[in-house]
Parts: sequence; C-alpha cells; structure tokens
Amino acid sequence: MANKLISQMGLPLPIANVFAARSIITAKDALSIPESDLMALLDLGRDQVASAVARISEITCPPYQTVLSLMEDRRTSGCHGGRLPTLLKGLDEALGGGIPPGLLTELVGPSGIGKTQFCLKLSLIAALPTCYGGLNGRVIYIDTESKFSSRRIIEIGENSFPQIFQTEGMAQEMAGRIVVLRPASLSEFTQSLEKIKLSLIQREVNLLIIDSMAGLISGNPRENESCTRGSRQQPLGWTLSFLKSVAEFSRIPIVVTNQVRGQSTEAFHYPFEGLGGNDNVTSERLESHLVAALGIQWAHAVTIRLVLEAHSGQRYIKVAKSPYSPPLAFPFIVDSSGIVPLSDDGIELTGQEISTIRFQVQPI
Amino acid sequence: MEISCLPISASHRAKLLSAGYTTLSSLSSVSPPQLSRDLNVALQEAVDILKVSSESCRVEVQDGAVEFCKGAQTAWDMLSEEQALRHISTGSGDLDSILGGGIHCKEVTEIGGVPGIGKTQLGIQLAINVQIPYDFGGLGGKAIYIDTEGSFMAERAYQIAEASILDTFDNFGCQLKEIPEKLKAESFLANIFYFRICSYTEQIALINYLDQFLVEHKDVKIVIIDSVTFHFRQDFDDLALRTRVLGGMSQKLMNLAKKFSLSVVLMNQVTTKFTEGSFHLTLALGDSWSHSCTNRVILYWNGNDRYAYLDKSPYLRPASVHFSVTGKGIRDATSQCKRVRMM
Repeated sequence: MANKLISQMGLPLPIANVFAARSIITAKDALSIPESDLMALLDLGRDQVASAVARISEITCPPYQTVLSLMEDRRTSGCHGGRLPTLLKGLDEALGGGIPPGLLTELVGPSGIGKTQFCLKLSLIAALPTCYGGLNGRVIYIDTESKFSSRRIIEIGENSFPQIFQTEGMAQEMAGRIVVLRPASLSEFTQSLEKIKLSLIQREVNLLIIDSMAGLISGNPRENESCTRGSRQQPLGWTLSFLKSVAEFSRIPIVVTNQVRGQSTEAFHYPFEGLGGNDNVTSERLESHLVAALGIQWAHAVTIRLVLEAHSGQRYIKVAKSPYSPPLAFPFIVDSSGIVPLSDDGIELTGQEISTIRFQVQPI
Repeated sequence: MEISCLPISASHRAKLLSAGYTTLSSLSSVSPPQLSRDLNVALQEAVDILKVSSESCRVEVQDGAVEFCKGAQTAWDMLSEEQALRHISTGSGDLDSILGGGIHCKEVTEIGGVPGIGKTQLGIQLAINVQIPYDFGGLGGKAIYIDTEGSFMAERAYQIAEASILDTFDNFGCQLKEIPEKLKAESFLANIFYFRICSYTEQIALINYLDQFLVEHKDVKIVIIDSVTFHFRQDFDDLALRTRVLGGMSQKLMNLAKKFSLSVVLMNQVTTKFTEGSFHLTLALGDSWSHSCTNRVILYWNGNDRYAYLDKSPYLRPASVHFSVTGKGIRDATSQCKRVRMM
C-alpha cells in the first residue's frame, strides 16, 4: 500500500507531473513530507496540495471492516479458526483453541527449560492430518542455534501419536513436511525470510517457527560494531516489522523463542512513583534475576508471551501477555513424548508474578 | 499580517513582492483584472490569491458579540458546550472519577504503559462503552479502532460487549428478556470500524482520510489508535523528520476531535530514559510528542496491582487509582469476577 505509484492515482495531469518532476514517486514519499513543505517544494497553492494529499491518502488507506465481519471471518476459516492446538488442554482453553494465526507468539525461558521441545511438538502437530487434530500442512522451522533434532521429532511422534507412526511411511511423510532452515547470520536470515514470504501462499505452509530470535540479534559481532542499545535496535526494528507483516499477510501462527538474561539494575519506575516503593525495590532485586532478552520494544511487539520457568521443583508454562486469556500457569514435565501437562487446570496468578522468570535447578 | 505568511505558492509570493504588494492592506483595494495584469498571471489565479488573502483576516459581527477573528469563541460558550457533552465510561467507576467522569469528547487522550498492562483491553472497552445507548447514560455512538500492532481480538471484543450490556441492564434494573435486537453483542461489534495498518505511510494516509470518512459516518464518537508508536519506532532513521510528521499528525487528530466532537484515544508504548543519574520509564516518541495530547493517563504496576495515573490534564489534578482487568473487561479493583472462559 505504501508503495503505490502516484502516477496511477488519477490526480489531475499537471499535478501528477509536478510530483514526478520532484522525484516523489510513491505514496510513501508524498505522505512523509508535511504539507507546508510540500507546498514549498512543488510550488503549488494550499488548496491544490490539500486536495492532492487527500486523494493520495484515500487511495493508500487500507479498507475497513466491521468487527462483526472480522469475527465471522475468523470463525469460518478452518476448525478452531486457523489456530494451532498445543494439545495441552488447559493452555488451549486459555488461548481460545490454540495458538492464534496472524500474530507473533513468543516462548521465553531460561536455557534447558523446554522451549525447543515445545517447538518440536508444535511442528509435529501442525504436520498431522486434520483428523488427528493437526493442521495438515507444511512447517518451516528456522533453527539459528542448531538445536533441531530429527531423531527427537520421530521419538516424540512415536510416543505421542503411536497409531499414526506405526503406519508404514507415515513417519517419513510427517517428517517430510517439516522444512528446516539454518541461517548463519542475520543477513542470511532476512534473505530466507524474503524467500519464504513468496512461497507461503503457494506451498500451504501452516506454521513458522523461529528458534531462537535472541541468538540471531545479539550474536552478530560483525554487524554491531559496538553492542550498545542503539545499534541493536536497528536490525531488531526492521525484523520486527517484517515478521509482523508476514504474519498479517499469510495468516498463519508464528512462534518465536527468546532467551533470558540477568538484570543488573533494579526494575525501572516512572518519575511520579517517587521513593515510596523502597521496600518493593529491594525485594524485587533479590527475586527477579532474569528478564526476557531483546528489550522492551520487542516485549511491546509480540502479542502473546508464554513464559516457561522452573521453581519449587516444578516447571510451569505461564500465559504472561495475551489480549484474550487470564493470567494462568500450567505445570508440565518433559518426557519422551515431548511436553506433557501435569494438570489441566491452571493456577491463576495475580499481578506481575505472571511475568517473572525463575530458574532453580532441580536436585537430581 | 505579511504577504510572506500567506498560504500561496512560492512563485506567486515572489511575484507579489516584486510587483510591490508587501502587505495585506495593499491587496484589499485591488481588483482581479488589475492584479492579473500587474503580476502577469491568469485571471483565475489572481482571483484565487485575493480569496486567500481575504480569508486570512476578517471581522464578523454576530448577534451582538464581536468576533475578533474568524473561528474564535467566548469562554462562556465553550463552558456550556463542554457541560452538554457526555463522557465515555471506562468501565471502572474509580478510573472514571479521576478522569472527571470518563474520557472527554473533543479532546485527545494518550494512554501509555508497559506491555501487558491492559492498554488494548482499555481500548476495546472504550470502543464498546461508547455505544451504550443515550437512555442508559452513554453516547450511543460508533467507534473506529485503528490497529497498528495486530493485537485486537474479535472474540475478546465480543466477551466485553456481552458483559457491558448485561452490566448496563443490571444498573438500570431491566429484565434480561427485554433486551431489544439492536442491543445484542453482535450489533455492538457491527458498529466498530476496524482498520489494520501495516506501515507509517498507511497510518498517515488513514488519518488524512478520516476527514472524509467521518463526514460519511457522522455517528462515530471515538477514534482509538492502538498503538500510535509502533510504526514510528522502527522505520524512521531521520528523527527530525519523524518529529515533524508526528507534529502534523497530532495537529490533524486534534482538528478531527474538535470538528466532529469526538474523542481521540492514542495508545503509546514505553521506553527508558536516562535522567538525573538513573534510568526512568517514560512514554515513547520523545519530548515534542508529549506536548501534543490534551490528557495523558499512564497505566503501571504497583506491586501486584494495576494502577492508572492521570499525568496531564487541563483542569484535573494528578491522581492514581487501582483498577483491574477481568473477564468482563476493565472494572474496579474491588469486583470479584473471575474470567469467563469461552467454550
């Protein structure tokens, strides 16, 4: 939409010529300049510029939909409305059927907690035929840290869905639907994303998994000369917009994993909160050692955040951010059939506890 | 006022100055054919120039009240207008009271907070509450929801709509069987116009286009942009240009609010700023943007509770209040409702 050509918008010919003469070719060029600057640049009167900008805006503006038709569209697009069930019953209920399409869902947690295991199970579910609750489509798995293990996927498949995997050739077909990409750097990653965008519609891809995002952004010494916040935002910002537009455009679920890092300073506060919270500050410093990587901009951009953590000898998957679900935590374990829930009822957590990440190693 | 301040094209301005017309008074007594001869331009262009210059200052006398310039209003008229306008309830009585009754029409309100605090929830609640019929204390208007981040979920809007309708009827003591067709949750959803924006160009284009859209849909009473920050945070390299574009956008939004008597609600994200030796949380888009909204509300965590702080208002004092996000939407902190799960 932003790259629509002004020459094709039906402006009066003299005006269109003036725009072209000043190298204002696309809608983006025209709308990025304030109107008073445009008047000076193009040497046109106020009314002419106003009507030209109004016409360009009308054409560039996306169409609207009422929320009622939006809901009806979602209901009719496939079972569960195109959502990917996680087969963790309580979690699926909380998310309204499963991981929703068209949005970024983030899995964040300390290393070794089970994020990759969860992703492997999700890829398998997406590949399964619909009669077994799957999405019957291909999966693209972007593996940046070489954690994908095909042997493990077959093992999960054999233990979770024995009736499918006993059948001759099914294992090969299921595993054949999962396409694994291994970009070595951020630029390779963006190139592969560009290629995927083209094939998303053609090849019936139903799920995109990126494992992990943090490794890609922070582990690039060549591209970030100094690893300060400023230079890290640029590749992140661009990748974010691109991922969101891919999600929107292809209407498939996109799952991204993220790492955690230690927090060196105390939690940030607003200036108006003053010094009243001194007690809270010290207790926060002792407990919340870990935060999700990639910063607050990333935290704003993901729509659903699932936090995996371990404490009191138990692992939990928590719905930390979601426009739809209550703040629930579900205990789970990891065994030969992947992630297995220990209970279908979630524990409701209040307040900021839902976003804290704890990692206490289980005694053997 | 000088010729150099007139909104005409640069070449016309240059011709006026070189022909000796330096002030507006010199233009007030000249006729179009004479001007076109002096400037050596077409007659129609001369007529346009004279029209622009005469619009720039005009003295009108109306009903005994002398207006010093076009578009001015006395403070008394403004007060009577304001008192006649209703406010949009946020769903939480405590939050409404620190806002002076709710979200005001004809004003731009900015709502900011960390991710997950409930900005989108508040936006959806407002889009539903604006539709509460006039007889039940609402505005009976429609809503425009501009989604830049893709976090809007129609199912959640349905949930909030159902709960809001039931609560309104409870407050007014009606029986459930008496709910007419137009007050079903589906018709509430049909009155929310949803736009999905994927780049800042589309955002600017849409705000320009709203002028025309609102003329066609006069019963829209709230425009919600969730969030106004997203596309401006990553795609802009030239920060000076970004400030100018944002300034133009905020001006247009204020004009829309005043012209169509609706309220504009903008959601903003949070960033960290280094002041006075430590990092503080602050709303994104910089200092110049922070001047462009009439009201500002910041949602934040206090321990395990959600609080809202009125940071900026022309006549209300800053205050904090505790609220909660429940299955029914935004409610007071004391309500005990658990989230209803959709089957």
